Amino acid sequence: MASKYSNMTVKAFRRENGRVGVRNHVIILPVDDISNAACEAVANNVKGTMAIPHAYGRLQFGEDLELHFRTMIGTGANPNVAAVVVIGIEPGWTKRIADGIRATGKPVSEFSIEQKGDFETIRAASWAAKEYVHWATEIQREECSISELWVSTKCGESDTTTGLGSCPTVGNMYDKLLPEGITGFFGETSEITGAEHICKKRAINEEVGERWYKMWKAYQDDVIFAHQTDDLSDSQPTKGNIEGGLTTIEEKALGNLEKIGRTSQYIDILEPAEMPGSGNGLYFMDSSSAAAECVTLMAAGGAVIHTFPTGQGNVVGNPIVPVIKITANPRTVRTMGEHVDVDVSGILRREQTIDEAGDALIEMICRTANGRNTAAEALGHREFSMTKLYRSA
Amino acid sequence: MTEIPHLLVHEHDDNVGVVVVEGLTAGTDMLCCVTHDNSTFRLTAGADVPIGHKIALKDFKEGDTAIKYGEDIGKIIADIEKGAHVHTHNCKTKRW
Repeated sequence: MASKYSNMTVKAFRRENGRVGVRNHVIILPVDDISNAACEAVANNVKGTMAIPHAYGRLQFGEDLELHFRTMIGTGANPNVAAVVVIGIEPGWTKRIADGIRATGKPVSEFSIEQKGDFETIRAASWAAKEYVHWATEIQREECSISELWVSTKCGESDTTTGLGSCPTVGNMYDKLLPEGITGFFGETSEITGAEHICKKRAINEEVGERWYKMWKAYQDDVIFAHQTDDLSDSQPTKGNIEGGLTTIEEKALGNLEKIGRTSQYIDILEPAEMPGSGNGLYFMDSSSAAAECVTLMAAGGAVIHTFPTGQGNVVGNPIVPVIKITANPRTVRTMGEHVDVDVSGILRREQTIDEAGDALIEMICRTANGRNTAAEALGHREFSMTKLYRSA
Repeated sequence: MTEIPHLLVHEHDDNVGVVVVEGLTAGTDMLCCVTHDNSTFRLTAGADVPIGHKIALKDFKEGDTAIKYGEDIGKIIADIEKGAHVHTHNCKTKRW
């Protein structure tokens, strides 16, 4: 059924594989930590490119290595990225990542440092990066349906106002836009603890709910119970959460889950950084609840815009995905206003309904998709944090 | 609503509410609003409670359950008077 959201369009970048991006980055992507310096040198040589340094990529193995590749390939493959220069210490893993990104059809060049050194690698990679900048800057935005956007969510520095205002705002947005055909992501496996009985029931059917529960339980058993040294009261809720008035993990989780609204149901479960494969709809991604890690994983899964409710004022951003900050806490608006994109504190004063706040967020999603820089982009927040499953070899 | 509420309560079943104004002082005659249907009631604040923190809507005995969002959010670990501050000093998860 057509709604007032059905005909909404944005001016965005259509990529070779048909996906729609809202930014047009040329990125210089290191395969491993020791290639960061070369990538940063290329990005310094060629204006309009961005290096994405990170801490890992050597001597990883097994599932942890698979996650590394998935995150690297997913980051390059993200539709917000026009073209990619990949640099690694040796050619094997470098080629694997470059080929993975190449499957999208976008331009990718790869360089490895061994037997050349940084100077020669930087020289050759800079030429490629410069060509990509000339090419990418001539790509025009075109009219795309709002339904083509992949929108993720994760909240941070939560307090009791997130459960009252900013999380229900995101939930209202999903309740309105998921029926129009957008793809959504939520996650934060550890922060569902306390509301797992409710989250399980929000699956589209019992089979998906059972798989979700198994995934959540495995996290509890393999991570929490295997590594805990105390009762977790110092980590969940966090010190910031407690300062903001959240007392227990149940209270935090119930507020968190407001992000999927009243009617939305998730259709499938994703591994960390996995791209959705079951069509349009809402997905639960098994993911860390740490802000930068979670946004990085969802960006690697293909999200092009992130909606981030905050209470006490999380400042996180991402290099390739615009992060829209939403807060209902009037103190945060007053003291940290430069980080806030959508102020929904009117909900607490009963001057604004959740429905009106949801519409305000949808408007900001459209403006952001059309090119408006978010607070996090304007302030240079480019946190890119890889999730690591266990120690390297 | 012409007057701005001091306290919001999610559901009618809830026995705690959230302070949504800065600088709330003990003795304030609070306007309380249940967000589920915007119905209102009044309650006197028993303490200075910071924005975002919770206030008891009834007298609690140790061992009672705190209800918010219509759900169990933890156990009461010390007696609490109606109108007083509810937080980590008198409420704790049942999980661990």
